[in-house]
Amino acid sequence: MTTVLQHPAYEEERLQRVAEQLPCRELQAGMLLSLMGEPQHYSYPSIFIYGHRASGKSHVMHVLLKELELPHATVSCVECISVTLLFEQVLLSFFGCDAASLLPRSPSLSDFVRVYRQQCSHSPAKETRYIVMEKAELLRDTDANLLPALLRLQELVEDNVTVILLSEIVWDKFRPNTGCFEPLVLNFPDYSKGELQQILSQDRHPSYSAEFYSSYINILLGVFYSVCRDLRELRHLAALNFSKFCEPLAEGKVKETDTHKLWRNIEPHLKRAMQTVYLREVSSLQWEQMQQMEEKETGALRGLSAHTHVELPYYSKFLLIAAYLASYNPARTDKRFFLKHHGKIRKTKFLKKNEKTSNHLLGPKPFALDRLLAIFYSVVDSRIAPTASIFSQISSLVTLQLLTQVSHDDQLDAPKYKCAVSMDFICAISRTVNFDIVKYLYDFL
Amino acid sequence: MTTGYTAFLLLCVFIRLHFQVQKILRERFCHQKLPEKPEGVEAQHKHLLELLKRTAIHGESNSVLIVGPRGAGKTMVSLHSGLKMGLCVEMPEKKMNCIEVCLLQTDDRIALKEITRQLHLENAVGDKVFGSFAENLAFLLEALKKGDRSSSRPVLFVLDEFDLFAHHKNQTLLYNLFDVSQSAQAPVAVVGLTCRLDVLELLEKRVKSRFSHRQIHLLSSLTFSQYLERVRAQLSLPGSFPDSKFAQDWNGGIETLCEDKSVEEVLQRHFNSSTDFRSIQMLLMLCLSRVSVAKPTIKPADLLEASRLCLSDAKANMLHGLSILELCLIIAMKHLNDVYEGEPFNLQMVHNEFKKFLHRKSNSMYNFDQPVIMKAFEHLQQLELIRPVDGSSAKTQREYQLMRLMLDHSQIMEALQKYPQCPTDVKQWAMSAFG
Ligand SMILES: Nc1ncnc2c1ncn2[C@@H]1O[C@H](COP(=O)(O)OP(=O)(O)OP(=O)(O)O)[C@@H](O)[C@H]1O
Ligand SMILES: Nc1ncnc2c1ncn2[C@@H]1O[C@H](COP(=O)(O)OP(=O)(O)OP(=O)(O)O)[C@@H](O)[C@H]1O
Ligand SMILES: [Mg+2]
Ligand SMILES: [Mg+2]
Repeated sequence: MTTVLQHPAYEEERLQRVAEQLPCRELQAGMLLSLMGEPQHYSYPSIFIYGHRASGKSHVMHVLLKELELPHATVSCVECISVTLLFEQVLLSFFGCDAASLLPRSPSLSDFVRVYRQQCSHSPAKETRYIVMEKAELLRDTDANLLPALLRLQELVEDNVTVILLSEIVWDKFRPNTGCFEPLVLNFPDYSKGELQQILSQDRHPSYSAEFYSSYINILLGVFYSVCRDLRELRHLAALNFSKFCEPLAEGKVKETDTHKLWRNIEPHLKRAMQTVYLREVSSLQWEQMQQMEEKETGALRGLSAHTHVELPYYSKFLLIAAYLASYNPARTDKRFFLKHHGKIRKTKFLKKNEKTSNHLLGPKPFALDRLLAIFYSVVDSRIAPTASIFSQISSLVTLQLLTQVSHDDQLDAPKYKCAVSMDFICAISRTVNFDIVKYLYDFL
Repeated sequence: MTTGYTAFLLLCVFIRLHFQVQKILRERFCHQKLPEKPEGVEAQHKHLLELLKRTAIHGESNSVLIVGPRGAGKTMVSLHSGLKMGLCVEMPEKKMNCIEVCLLQTDDRIALKEITRQLHLENAVGDKVFGSFAENLAFLLEALKKGDRSSSRPVLFVLDEFDLFAHHKNQTLLYNLFDVSQSAQAPVAVVGLTCRLDVLELLEKRVKSRFSHRQIHLLSSLTFSQYLERVRAQLSLPGSFPDSKFAQDWNGGIETLCEDKSVEEVLQRHFNSSTDFRSIQMLLMLCLSRVSVAKPTIKPADLLEASRLCLSDAKANMLHGLSILELCLIIAMKHLNDVYEGEPFNLQMVHNEFKKFLHRKSNSMYNFDQPVIMKAFEHLQQLELIRPVDGSSAKTQREYQLMRLMLDHSQIMEALQKYPQCPTDVKQWAMSAFG
């Protein structure tokens, strides 16, 4: 650890804990800490943080706010498909369930600010409150006054509140024609190759030495760094190919230290992986089957192994889970399942006449893409995948017939999908990613 | 032992005073705390006060626009005047009801609801149904008159972001407010704040004809030495600071800072791009955040660093994080732009251009398949570094969709210089006159 974070308002151990979770982002975390200042003081009304995907924007904010126990609301603009959800989430996080229920149906900005002011006159901020908006570029597509209002929310609600916007798009592309309150703009620079090496090496496998894993990462970066610098994708690729890297070791052909031989073994494999897995054009299952075919051809026959079950890329699994939930849960209940701080809502509240029949008897219902994505982003949580690859993953799920596309001739632009897998199958998939799907199924509430 | 203890006590005092410094300056820079006096805009302030006084004391209705760039002090001037009206006019019983609507009220119906609320007339309105907007507004003003003495005051309407109201349907609110301000219905003052100089052109004829055409401009023609004085004043501690010796030292330090040659150079650069209060405050907030008990004063280096942050080129920062493949595609686009004089291009053309470069090279380090290139291309689009030409529909195949590069020549060349371990051949390719 080169620089340890310092701030008079927090204990050293706490800051130490923060620093440990933020390798290669000490500078940015330190900068943010000093801008935030003493909790009782005001901070700048709005801060705009931009940087490439997976450059740690969400991670840094999350760790800082969580570890230092600062009052905050995190809003993902992907999840909040309507501004109502956005308003509710902020009020919920700051003032609790009751506050959110004070909002009228389809509330306006004016209503939101009115409720906020009313609430904060009862419980004024003793410490700066933070609102973190993830994927803030989506705010540009909503009501034109929303973004300008958020930027000067402090002035509008007269509370000690700071809005932090996170985006991979530069601020210049946000500014409305007639200008607005200018936020403080901060950049999170991309991780250098060395930094990626350092962060990725932390995921080392417990049964191998740190050096061994680190040399693996080194080889991986050698292949992928020229096309991909996204920490999230690299991490996924690293996890997917590690067993292949270890194979010669398990077979006793080489020693851990024989990096050159290991490299010769894995490099062509990785190069092929780039054309396929990286592009998410085939699932990992197909990829592994292709590998097996080749091995057969070269005579290296292997016994049937654990490959009999379906193996999908990490995000594809979550997409499939989301699709399953969208197919079997009524859309009305999404809020109950996927809004982070929903209150206690009993099932009876949702129950309508004629709806006692389980959806698992009637079969899957079609859903729109928006809804799938909203659920996906909420179940995948902080491990968010880049949007571009999501669409190719969806089409690969369709190709695999795990999803089916329901065509509507009159609605060419808005395709609908159904999930085409069984309950057992989805449970098995969910287990591999530690996701307890039954908890999220309306039928099993 | 005792000296150690004294030192400790002194340190405690010092820490407390620093806490105060942060508190005061942050309230100024972040919370837009009203300054004691509206410095530098006394004439405008006086003008506005005169108008409001006439409404408050003589019951004369009025309308006025305050026009000035962002962060120039429109809100500050109006608050100062509004507050003064509320508190200390010659005759304390002549106070005004101050109503504010702003960008939150996205349509006139919402605005009227807000006005009702701010006048505390929700109960009086109850669930009455009104035939028109005008009727509703007239009812509100009438209800005020009937009420007790304290609520029968004249009403001051402040319309922040005035130009937005001109975009509301039929400009109903503006029409009605101006109409009231011209008739003798009830004494009102309508103050609009806007940063659009051409705002009158947005008004419909019938609205425009009811407006007094009074405008107060906050367009400062500041000299650099006045600007320096502003910076100094913004950083200085007020006379009311609890420890006057400390405040003197701090203010002395600020004085010295502003005399520094390098500081002056930095400020000159900022002066040339904007002179409003808010941009000064943002710069100074970045300086202030670098001050701590361990480093208790603002040094010229802090200002330099703050300025570097303010002026850094965001697109260049993003280019720095592109993969080498993505950078190569940008260079190919730059060549296409040079050759075809800025005509839009598609992915096939870019790929082709890139291939031409690869052919001239012996090693095949950058031989990527089309799908990998497509993914890189999509990433550039997602970052909004390239943008589809309007009208080029989503129906065309992705590789044939027409695009434009949203970067200029100098940004690309600068990014290349800063790009970590940029291969020489790529650099040369970028600099060559033709692809
Ligand atoms: N410095 C780091 N140390 C350890 N893990 C990190 C670091 N930076 C990022 N990560 C991890 O990488 C993943 C992506 O980071 P994060 O979500 O913060 O990216 P982001 O900048 O918010 O990206 P996006 O623009 O896509 O939202 C997360 O799982 C996070 O935990
Ligand atoms: N004459 C002045 N003396 C001292 N401080 C000032 C002065 N004018 C403005 N300020 C300060 O500058 C900041 C910006 O002013 P203000 O909010 O009034 O700008 P504005 O014109 O309303 O901007 P916008 O168009 O964005 O609403 C505030 O913090 C205000 O206190
Ligand atoms: Mg993020
Ligand atoms: Mg203002």
